[in-house]
Amino acid sequence: MNLPFKPVILTTDALIFVLFAVVAISAWYISRHQHLLAPWKKVARSRSGMIAAVILLVFVTVGLLDSLHFRPVLPGDAAVGKANYAVDVMSVFDVIAAPLKRKQEKTYSAPLSAYLFAKETVELPDGSEARVFPRLTYGGAHLKDPATEQTPDIVKRIVAGVAIAALAWNILLLCVTFWLSHRHGHSVRDTWSAIWKGHTEMPWREMLVTNGVVFLVFVPMMVLSAGYHVLGTDKVGQDVFYLTLKSIRTGLVIGTLTTLVMLPFALLLGILAGYLRGWVDDIIQYLYTTLNSIPGVLLIAASVLILQGVIDRHQDWFQTASERADARLFLLCMILGVTSWTGLCRLLRGESLKLRELDYIQAARAFGVSDYRIITRHILPNVMHIVLIAIVMDFSGLILAEAVLSYVGVGVDPTMNSFGTMINSARMEMARDPMVWWSLASAFAFMLLLVLSANLFADAVRDAFDPRIRGRLASPGFLSKYLPATPGR
Amino acid sequence: MIAFLVRRILYAIPILIGVNVLTFLLFFIVNSPDDMARMQLGQKRVSDEAVVKWKQERGYDKPSFFDAQASGIRKITNTIFFEKSVPLFWFDFGRAEADGRDIAHEIRSRMWPSLAIALPVFIVGMLSYITFALLMAFFRATYIDIAGILLCIFAMSVSGLFYIIGGQYVISKLWNLVPISGYVGGLNAWKFLVLPVVIGIVGGVGASARWYRTIFIEEINRDYVRTARAKGLSEWRVLFRHVLHNAMIPILTGAVVAIPLLFLGSLITESFFSIPGLGSYTIDAISQQDFSVVRAMVFLGSVLYIIGLILTDISYTVADPRIRLQ
Repeated sequence: MNLPFKPVILTTDALIFVLFAVVAISAWYISRHQHLLAPWKKVARSRSGMIAAVILLVFVTVGLLDSLHFRPVLPGDAAVGKANYAVDVMSVFDVIAAPLKRKQEKTYSAPLSAYLFAKETVELPDGSEARVFPRLTYGGAHLKDPATEQTPDIVKRIVAGVAIAALAWNILLLCVTFWLSHRHGHSVRDTWSAIWKGHTEMPWREMLVTNGVVFLVFVPMMVLSAGYHVLGTDKVGQDVFYLTLKSIRTGLVIGTLTTLVMLPFALLLGILAGYLRGWVDDIIQYLYTTLNSIPGVLLIAASVLILQGVIDRHQDWFQTASERADARLFLLCMILGVTSWTGLCRLLRGESLKLRELDYIQAARAFGVSDYRIITRHILPNVMHIVLIAIVMDFSGLILAEAVLSYVGVGVDPTMNSFGTMINSARMEMARDPMVWWSLASAFAFMLLLVLSANLFADAVRDAFDPRIRGRLASPGFLSKYLPATPGR
Repeated sequence: MIAFLVRRILYAIPILIGVNVLTFLLFFIVNSPDDMARMQLGQKRVSDEAVVKWKQERGYDKPSFFDAQASGIRKITNTIFFEKSVPLFWFDFGRAEADGRDIAHEIRSRMWPSLAIALPVFIVGMLSYITFALLMAFFRATYIDIAGILLCIFAMSVSGLFYIIGGQYVISKLWNLVPISGYVGGLNAWKFLVLPVVIGIVGGVGASARWYRTIFIEEINRDYVRTARAKGLSEWRVLFRHVLHNAMIPILTGAVVAIPLLFLGSLITESFFSIPGLGSYTIDAISQQDFSVVRAMVFLGSVLYIIGLILTDISYTVADPRIRLQ
């Protein structure tokens, strides 16, 4: 049987699915246990936290859609009986954003422009030559005379986009109101007024307004994308809006998988050191002091360079270019994880040291409960809040770190879309005159939105689970491993 | 005190040996000298003779740890580990692979520009972060405080690269106040240093000021502060005389350890502003894949970090007379 596509599961995809499953199972488990649910309810009551969560959800959706990869079948060969699949790995997101991907111009063009950014010599109808800004192949191609038609056309499209956004938002409003009234058994009218007066337990009003703003910004952008390049095009004519959206997945992968990779190390070693003490503690402490004493960026740079060499020497391991780029992304996560587990490990060691002296664990030991059981049954559940806080707090730092590392040239593969590679390739554009600002601006704007909402959400989680942990985890020393730009930290 | 210092230094030795062995494994075992030669000479179309010659010139053609063919002590000393990694202990860094220059000499001349940026950022930064945090603590739980925290979170969320690129664009290109990048020796260097220093300070404000504020708020809720207020001291006096003094201990932990590392400079700032410091030296080495320089910087970095840890312990006794080192 010949499928019209061949599913491709890249390494990071597989890990993302694992992560997704873990999150789903834990959510189900937590929802059935009141004592585990309580701090999450506190998170759900936090206004800034839930606003951030709504925005994060949008990012995560794009990232997940971009993680379902496949290779489309090549046309023409299907009849032969053996299908040939394209070398390009596509994602579901690529299919949705196919028009954006396809509409490649020659080179730079400003946002919403109908003309190329560089002058070219064109032959005029009367045979003479002139240097003009040529029209774009796709952006504004439907306009006969951009000088007069462009502004009304853009306004028209924005109005249409706003109308669609308003419609979608109203439908969402109705759904939420009906669902809430059904769930709590109040009348629809009461639920409605409770939402708008902010009397609901969860900040539904703020969440819905955030959602409305997201719709209001992105739907018109999408509508405009049908005829223009909303955020312009880059040096090789790719749509910047598309590139920015593609970068989201890379950021999310680095932010989450790194912690996933380091978690087993940190958990196992931290708890063992704290619980067993003695020579085990000495060895583990020696291990993390040694790793910690190497400047983080240098260790990461050295490891990435060396592993990049390994990848280059074994091109035959990978079928496609995206598999190779993905392998590098995965290795980057591994390296970041291995070099950054020390902070969490030290925290967990301290917490386990404290826990093992508590009465209930002493009692368990007196009853002859095995060490293994004490660790899994009594210590592990009681350090999980630290792990959770570490995960959410590391997330934003890692996204920022990716940009810095990619700038240095030891980040993700240069062919992979990421905020770092966008900034890196755009830095020379600042020197051009007139300046090409749009790809840099979009990369920074989207990165800021993602990191800011991640930070706000992390704050809400930390405040709900353990406000006192604040200083210890977010200490400047922890961040300085990634951010070499500020030695004062 | 002396006994403590001696013990701390002795404790540092196994860590440095660990770092040394780790870098050796990373640079010579995972990435064999053959691979290194190919990288330096160009990936493809390198003849085996060229590789052998490259290795011979740099002494990478020896066995890694143990030379069975040599006799006596030479069995150990005639190896890459002994000749390339062990000399790092007495700061003999060897020569750069790309241009053959003496690394130790480069480090000595390049650490001053690095320090010229890092030191002002550190001192002025610390002072302004502490002042900002004290202000937030003074106006705690008011709108000023909340606005301050939001500002910090926002500043934390902006990429460090943005501060640099934006600062260069606005201040150097639009307003023409200082040169975009470059460096000269001597007193005229200030023109080139102002912008990177300011950007360094601004880039760190979010995380640091917020963290210091947390420390201050924690101290403010203690009993001695209530006593001080009960005595009728003004809020400013309470903050400056009592809270600041006691909050210095956690602040010092984070800060003192960074002081020796100031010599290494900052990778990104220096490369953006073309400052000929150790940071840009490291970046160049990374992009040229010059592993002998990266190795030297890794080792130097760990030595400085360990010195920082020892300094931190000493600074405790200065900040808090109750702590005795033994």
